[in-house]
Amino acid sequence: MLHVVLIIFLISLFYLAIANRMSTYVNMLALQGILLFFVAFLELKHINTINLILILLETIIFKSVAVPVFLNYVLKRNHITREAEPYVPNFVSLIITTIIVVTTIILSNTMEEGKLDKMFFVVALSTLFTGLYFIASRRKIITHVMGYLIIENGVFVLSLAVGNEMPMLVNLGIMLDIFASVLILGVFLNKIGDVFKDIDVNQLTNLKDY
Amino acid sequence: MILIYLIGSILIGAGVFFNRGKKTNYSLVSLFLVLQVVFAVYACWHYNETASTYFTFDSLGIIMLLTATIISIPAAFHSYVYIEESEEATPESRAIYFGALILLITAVSAAYLANHIAVVWIFAEVTTLSASALIYHHRNKLALEGTWKYVFICAISITFVFIGILFLSLSFANAGSDDLAYKNLLAHSSLLNSSWLQLAFLFIFTGFTVKLGLFPMFTAGVDAKDKAPGPAAALLSSVIMCMGFVGIFRIYVVVANTPLLHWASLVVGIAAFISLFIAAVYMVKVKNIKRMMAYSSVEHMGIVMLGIAAGGIGYYAAILHIVLHAFVKSSLFFQYNQMYKVFKTKNIYQMGNYFKYNTTGSMVVLLAFISVTAMPPSGMFVSEFLVFRSMFEANQLILLIAVLLLLTFIIWAFAKNIFKILFIPVVDFDESKVAKVSPWRSTFQFIMLGGSAYLGLNPPAIFVDLINNSIMLLPH
Repeated sequence: MLHVVLIIFLISLFYLAIANRMSTYVNMLALQGILLFFVAFLELKHINTINLILILLETIIFKSVAVPVFLNYVLKRNHITREAEPYVPNFVSLIITTIIVVTTIILSNTMEEGKLDKMFFVVALSTLFTGLYFIASRRKIITHVMGYLIIENGVFVLSLAVGNEMPMLVNLGIMLDIFASVLILGVFLNKIGDVFKDIDVNQLTNLKDY
Repeated sequence: MILIYLIGSILIGAGVFFNRGKKTNYSLVSLFLVLQVVFAVYACWHYNETASTYFTFDSLGIIMLLTATIISIPAAFHSYVYIEESEEATPESRAIYFGALILLITAVSAAYLANHIAVVWIFAEVTTLSASALIYHHRNKLALEGTWKYVFICAISITFVFIGILFLSLSFANAGSDDLAYKNLLAHSSLLNSSWLQLAFLFIFTGFTVKLGLFPMFTAGVDAKDKAPGPAAALLSSVIMCMGFVGIFRIYVVVANTPLLHWASLVVGIAAFISLFIAAVYMVKVKNIKRMMAYSSVEHMGIVMLGIAAGGIGYYAAILHIVLHAFVKSSLFFQYNQMYKVFKTKNIYQMGNYFKYNTTGSMVVLLAFISVTAMPPSGMFVSEFLVFRSMFEANQLILLIAVLLLLTFIIWAFAKNIFKILFIPVVDFDESKVAKVSPWRSTFQFIMLGGSAYLGLNPPAIFVDLINNSIMLLPH
């Protein structure tokens, strides 16, 4: 069951790679939050109940409700166009995402057998690199933020893998999540929306060396 | 005591933030400086003791804490001058500025002393928050752009460090212990799983380079130093870089005690060399004086990490170099505000004949230039020379020649720009409007430059002992 959820998570990355509309991105982020809820619920069996409730609440309330609602609000308020406007065609994105996933699978086979379930490793690392790829290949600042949120989700998967032995690390991960998301989303996305009318990275190229 | 310090400075910071009266603000900032000095003295007094489980007053921590304490005093003074002279400063922006300044100095001090990798990580996050408030001080489009880039890249880097910590815990899984304190990691270094440790080191190193200002994440720091007010940029290029160094150094000590030492030094060495190369390329082209100084910081961090990679005497030289660089570069950034007051621009082509308008200030610029390019009477000459010697002893002759060539480019570019600013008059410059700068404002810079020369040429025995103690755990 755990592996099924993780594989659905991996599939959501492929869907994101070919998504055209901004609203699809937001929905997929919400879906990933729900999937993380199930992963946490199924994986963290040896953790104390209060801590587990905290983690579950974080996934369901913060990741799958609060952040998507806020992203939708930003999209509406700043009248951001519905298209994602990547620099590369979706087909290429799909190929690159596939290459990333295959590479992480090969990498996971070269790693020594440890306590870690390899599925977690593959999902986490491919999410991380796909998120970085989205940041590099999309034009809007808000898609950069979404790429960052995808990276956060990947890190969360990885922290769940060691969560039974070291619950402290899961809590630290949650702290990072909330801290960084609030800093990036709350303060700056709002501010950038006020100052730059159309949120496009091409407007952020004024700091130059010559 | 460390808890009293942390709570006390957070309370003072909150007090500055909420009570926006001018007198209250400045007296609270002075109170914080007193607290910082008292804390530094306390830390020296309790050398090698552990406080509140997660903090140890060890040699490296104390060196960096003293550096940060010494720099924080001129930083507060120059911030005061800067805010009082600026026309756009409001009580609100002043309160946010000083609140963030206090938070920043507190967070770096705690990060230096932390003996647990997760604690270092938490305080690194706090510095991102406070530094972004400082960078966004001007509240205009360009400042927003700089802040956005800084925050975004720092957030990704902090995530990288976290992934590194997770991999570290996986590599530690066989040791039968789940305490990620550096001491515990060192004690069990033979049990660490090497392939996971490799991944962990790569991620932690990449993550901390954003604070250290090294390839690959150096870009954020350069933009941030360009847009931040002068005194804040001084902190960004001194104490924050020291924090990044501490973060990397402590994990490097752990890795160096495993069979991975050679691999790790290769990784560090490659990143350092690429940083030097990038710094050389940009310094030749750059027109903005603040960015030029920021790229010079990238260059010096490259030299520091080359020392670490070469080993031997290089370890000593690296710590000496980063401390001296903190003093020299911060005095250069403190001086920048006087230049801006005279020329009202950052563009090197519109600055010139500075000796005529502000003689004392230009003396500081000249001395800082001699220090920063490591010419003989300066302290950094000694540390840089020792780095080269360590590379020579490590049989890295080709690398050494390449580094020296790159440094020649950097010194040429730096000298060309600085001498133009100091001596060559600008066409169409309206001399009648040049503002007078009081010579007394350069006092701290003279003290810091003199101090750095003293520390380099004739280091007190206790300072040498502290450095030697902090590199004791590295294999020689």
